[in-house]
Amino acid sequence: MMKEQLQAIREEALKAVNDSADMKEINALRVKYLGKKGELTAILKQMGGLFAEERPVIGQLANEVRADIENAVKSKTAELKAAQTDLRLKTETVDVTMPGKRKLIAKRHPMNIVLDDLKSIFHGMGYTVVDGPEVELAKYCFDMLLTYDGHPARDPNDTFYISDDVLLRTQTSSVQIRTMLKQKPPIAIISPGRVYRRDEVDGTHSPIFHQCEGLVIDKKITFADLKGTLETFAKKLYGEGMKLKFRPHHFPYTEPSCEIDFQCFRCGGKGCPLCKGEGWIEILGAGVVRPEVLENCGIDPEEYSGFAFGIGIERITMLRYEIEDMRLLYENNMRFLEQF
Amino acid sequence: MDLSMKWLNDYVKADMPIKEFCDGMTMSGSKVETYSRQGADITNVVVGKCVAMEKHPDADTLWVCQLDVGGEAPVQIVTSAQNMFVGAVVPVALNNATCYNHKDMSFMKIKKGKLRGVPSEGMMCSYEELNLDQSDVPYSSNEGILILNDDPDFDKMTIGEDIHDALGFNDTTVEFEITNNRPDCLSVLGLAREASATFDLPLNIKEPQFKGVDGSAKDYISVDVQNTKLCSRYMAAVVKNVKIGPSPRWMAERLKASGVRSINNFVDITNFVMLEYGNPMHAFDLRYVEGGKINVRNAQQGEKITILDGSEVTLSPEMLIIADEKKPIAVAGVMGGEYSGIMEDTNTVVFEAACFDGVSVRMTAKKINKRTDASSRFEKGIDPINAKAALLRALELVEELGCGEVVREYIDVDNAKKVPHTLKLDTDWINEHLGTNIPAEEQIAIFRKLGFGYENGSVIVPNTRVDIVRECDLAEEVARIYGYNEIPTTLPLISSVGEVTPRQRFENRIVDVMLAQGFYETMSFSFISPRSYDKLRFTDEMKKSVVLQYPLGEDTSVMRTSMLPSLMTVANTNVRARNLEARFFELGRIFQPTDDKLPIETDVLGLCAYGADEDFYTVKGVVEELLNALVVDARFVPVHDNKTYHPGRCADIYAGDVKVGTMGELHPAVAEAYDMTCRVYCAEFDIPKLFDARGEERKYKALPKYPALTRDLSLVCDDEVTSDEIIDIIRKNAKHLESVSVFDMYKGEQVPEGKKSLSYNLVLRKDGSMTDEEADAVVSKVLKALAEKNITLRA
Repeated sequence: MMKEQLQAIREEALKAVNDSADMKEINALRVKYLGKKGELTAILKQMGGLFAEERPVIGQLANEVRADIENAVKSKTAELKAAQTDLRLKTETVDVTMPGKRKLIAKRHPMNIVLDDLKSIFHGMGYTVVDGPEVELAKYCFDMLLTYDGHPARDPNDTFYISDDVLLRTQTSSVQIRTMLKQKPPIAIISPGRVYRRDEVDGTHSPIFHQCEGLVIDKKITFADLKGTLETFAKKLYGEGMKLKFRPHHFPYTEPSCEIDFQCFRCGGKGCPLCKGEGWIEILGAGVVRPEVLENCGIDPEEYSGFAFGIGIERITMLRYEIEDMRLLYENNMRFLEQF
Repeated sequence: MDLSMKWLNDYVKADMPIKEFCDGMTMSGSKVETYSRQGADITNVVVGKCVAMEKHPDADTLWVCQLDVGGEAPVQIVTSAQNMFVGAVVPVALNNATCYNHKDMSFMKIKKGKLRGVPSEGMMCSYEELNLDQSDVPYSSNEGILILNDDPDFDKMTIGEDIHDALGFNDTTVEFEITNNRPDCLSVLGLAREASATFDLPLNIKEPQFKGVDGSAKDYISVDVQNTKLCSRYMAAVVKNVKIGPSPRWMAERLKASGVRSINNFVDITNFVMLEYGNPMHAFDLRYVEGGKINVRNAQQGEKITILDGSEVTLSPEMLIIADEKKPIAVAGVMGGEYSGIMEDTNTVVFEAACFDGVSVRMTAKKINKRTDASSRFEKGIDPINAKAALLRALELVEELGCGEVVREYIDVDNAKKVPHTLKLDTDWINEHLGTNIPAEEQIAIFRKLGFGYENGSVIVPNTRVDIVRECDLAEEVARIYGYNEIPTTLPLISSVGEVTPRQRFENRIVDVMLAQGFYETMSFSFISPRSYDKLRFTDEMKKSVVLQYPLGEDTSVMRTSMLPSLMTVANTNVRARNLEARFFELGRIFQPTDDKLPIETDVLGLCAYGADEDFYTVKGVVEELLNALVVDARFVPVHDNKTYHPGRCADIYAGDVKVGTMGELHPAVAEAYDMTCRVYCAEFDIPKLFDARGEERKYKALPKYPALTRDLSLVCDDEVTSDEIIDIIRKNAKHLESVSVFDMYKGEQVPEGKKSLSYNLVLRKDGSMTDEEADAVVSKVLKALAEKNITLRA
């Protein structure tokens, strides 16, 4: 009798669970069949009236029925949830081509992007960045660099003077002098900074511009070391394939002196508008420091030697980003600055 | 320096392709800017002879000419020129020739066609159409066709020959950029020596020689050098019975290729020698050297001279002049006087070859605003020994041209008494200096090629090489001729250690934080207009600037004492560019004058923001984020008397007792002065002070184990009470307070006049569970303390 009842409950419950359409129905069915006051519990309460030998059989059956219903509820629940999720996902499709919600991060000035690259290359090679005054004594900017009174570079047409012997530095070499006066070798520094020359503003000139000069003073430093250093620098900046051409030149404070052309990084040396068809672009000036300069700074040229080099930041920035007009770099129009 | 290749080839057979020549010279230190072939643009123009001519049947002024141009039959050309005749030899531009239009000197191509119905197969050319100058063909008239029958080289011409070959003027000019240390290369001989060393070619220079006629220059003139410091050598020679006339073609050609016009034989000789030897020369007409006296002296105040270009120049005592008994006749090393120069009827010429001080010549040339070929050579340094060679060459040329009798004995006032100097040659040291292994013999060979002598382990420096002073200069000679690009590349063994200093890292952090907050980095000029101080309503103290002696203009005449002028210039630029909002910053330098020679230079952070979304608190938020990131514990103190800023919206920022910066909304008058149509917010920080104020790196704090309770308090207080005062009271009185922050400020209907409402969020937490009762107790204690200051809970 109870056996038939249990089987009937099972049949009915499984069908009902299977037919249910949502979680609300499922939950109601669980209460109806499996709850404390549910039909299965009600039947089990009648177990007391059974013969002793019937109890285990019915008990087992009752457990089986409970397990079957529970399983049915579980799997139907899973099925409904999956269906629900599917439905939700279908309605939640977004247009991935619509723009994201951005938090603006502003941009560094292009010249500082370039300068940061230079600094990190030279940091890696063991150099320290050194700074110095922009209003400088003529002694440090000229005299000690063997650019004596009467030299055209000292002409007030080319250099901004504050007084007879104070000026706006025309090169950051003055920082090298200050470093050598303060610090005994070994010295390996770069001195990036602002320099001033009396040029009217136009597309390729500015009375204020930026240089990054370098100086190495140590024992047995040679011209070959200078070449190796700048070649390494060039390869780090423009890639392993970069080729350099060292051309003799003249600076008052170095001997031998050179200008260094880089193979055009746009056309690879074939000739293009960027390199004006030459295949080469003039980038650096450099040389072995003259002994007189070392002597001026109290460094014994018999014991120490060194080299110096300089690079124009505006120039390599303009080449890198293909900026034609230098004025853009100082105009600070946001529409320009946000491009980098 | 423009070099004529024909001229160079007089001394070195440098007949390799021109590109190869230019590259080679550049790589050995004489940089070639460019090169050009004379007349390369004139093509298909040949020598033709008029064999018959007749009037055009339909035009009175036209002629129909038959020209033999070396072909089987003559070509027919119609011309309007009136100077043609049968037998005339002329330049003929054939069909498809290129030449110039004499009317506007535009480039043109000749096509055969018909003139008034008569076929014409080309054009006969005037000298202008060949892009020549009257001085190139002095025999020609400037009207009509160039008649070659009058040419000095007429006998050598053949019919049908290319005009360039017939006439010359087909030289190649190479333009060199000569560095300041190599004045010797501002001469054909200097470059010939370089070319000879560069390409290992023999150099063919002979000492100039002349025969002369008996006599002494002293019979004609006397020379008195009064300033031997500014004139270390003065030489004078006399040429009598001169015949002034045009120079021969070869000389005119070489001058033209060097960019110098041919004038007459004597003037041309001085120019020729200057170009060839690098030593400027001058020629006087003896008639105009009054008293036959040449005085080399400083000018007297107010003395005047009319120089060769016709302008009158007032002299001053620091200038060196050449004077006769009474008056100046030349500005030494710069330009000669108009009246003592060579004229058509000159009979006796005095040649001057001298060595004037370079700085003095440069200063004088600048002061009278006449920079000449001569002055630019003197200012770089002229060798006194070379003056003699130049003078002898001029005299040699006089005899070669047959244009006068050279008086044999010349005058030489030599106070330089220079002898060539020697330098010890240490080839090992040179190898060590360069990082090379160039054998001694090879080094010595290089010096010989460059014209150095060598004996007993020393080199004898050529007298023109003023740049060779010590050993390192010798190293460069070896390096550049051996080839810079042949020298090995090595990396130095640097025994120092590189570092990014704490201050540099601090500045990098500032940049990172500003960029992350949407501020673009700018770069502006550090000199500004002093007017900007008025626009910014600066105090007199803030206006004290480092002033430039000769600025480019008022706009760039003083060094900034603040970043604000630069920031506002950028703001103005952007508003004018219709950028309605902007945030930007700059790490820049400001300059404060001192009693010492040098000013104090301070690195400063300036920032600026404007636009619809900006207010005092958005910008203050930026500043707070920055200070937090830099671990600077700072207070904002209201400032009402900074005239640059809004009196109610400005704060000085203090770290302890040190003012590290100022921020606020700019005063509307300032904004207006910069044409800003919206409110502008700025801040400035002293970076060294910020750096000194930075705290220790923060240590880790244990994460909370127990939940926090929060309480919100809406308070009402007088307008004058600052939020910081309330927070101070809360901090002092709230037990277990983890944090307190203000989240609202309200003024309006709900709050009485003169009062405002501020709302705070308190987070309470202790090491253990906290009950609501405990939290309420904290709040009531806080409220009691606030009530004492007349700050009450909002109803």
